[in-house]
Amino acid sequence: MAHLAMATGFLLILIGAYGALTQRNLLRMIIAFTIADSGVNLVIVAVGYMRGRTAPIIDNAVSAAAAVQRIIDPVPQALVLTAIVIGVGVTALMLAYAYRLYAQKRSLDIRDFTELKG
Amino acid sequence: MIKRFIAVVLLAAFAAVFATLLFGYTPDTELNLTARYYAERTAADLGAANIVTAIVVTYRGLDTLGEVTVLFLAASIVGLVLAQDTHKTPRARVPVGELLTTGTRFLVPLILLLGVYVFVNGHLTPGGGFQGGAIIASGILLTLLADPLKHFGHGLISAIESVAGIFYVAIGLAGLLLAGGFLDNRILPLGNVGELFSAGAIPVIYSLIGLKVGAEFASILASLSDTEEL
Repeated sequence: MAHLAMATGFLLILIGAYGALTQRNLLRMIIAFTIADSGVNLVIVAVGYMRGRTAPIIDNAVSAAAAVQRIIDPVPQALVLTAIVIGVGVTALMLAYAYRLYAQKRSLDIRDFTELKG
Repeated sequence: MIKRFIAVVLLAAFAAVFATLLFGYTPDTELNLTARYYAERTAADLGAANIVTAIVVTYRGLDTLGEVTVLFLAASIVGLVLAQDTHKTPRARVPVGELLTTGTRFLVPLILLLGVYVFVNGHLTPGGGFQGGAIIASGILLTLLADPLKHFGHGLISAIESVAGIFYVAIGLAGLLLAGGFLDNRILPLGNVGELFSAGAIPVIYSLIGLKVGAEFASILASLSDTEEL
């Protein structure tokens, strides 16, 4: 199960990286980055998964005393919670920059932006 | 063509690294040292039922403060980058349809209520300030979809955002004075694990985070919506 989720995550990272490297349209590149972002999150969550255990919340099903034997690793989940939120902020930022670039050149093609080329 | 070839070679190298990681990975059967500490001590020390929340808000609370700051920075830069000239051309009102308008009137209060529920119960259920804030922002998004010309007051949004931020830091400093350290939740009574009024300052801090995140996302949405079409 963890392997399946992890393989999916790695696959998403590869798809995202391929898109970011080969696409010329800024919006497509941004979407590629968000796909890779989801892949990274999936891999981190999969690392915390443990067979036969449950969510790290203490309730009727999991007493505080039995928590060590019954719950999965909470740390990757806390990390991914952070990563998702930052990912949304970064995506919004990329979209805003794309808008600005389009306003300047009337184009979303990365080949039209050559100012930084030597 | 050559560029695409280089990209494929690069990806093949990545895939090789990932494959090594994947096939060499054996899932843990026991919690590691850090996770074990959190699993054993959270209920007794902090009184929070949701261990992920305890980590995010208290054990690694400083990181969360940093994260909210990053989000604030992203929202500010979006506002800055999309800042418009003073002259505004009035946009034509696009009819959005009866279904969307009525649906929005019915759903937005419920969505906001769900968002508040999610962040108030962050220490008990799988939820919390970030999730609740995102839900609140989705309510704002629905309002904007139903009425694209609606102008949200940036003043109100940034007031909510700043007040929540100031109280967040103030509670952190109170922890420094009254309890064990910055953002320590034990400035309020811990109560019984699993009750709404428990886990000390965690529900208060997470509610503030919820308001702050909701306001930040709302400000991003408002900036994007105010942007003129090209």
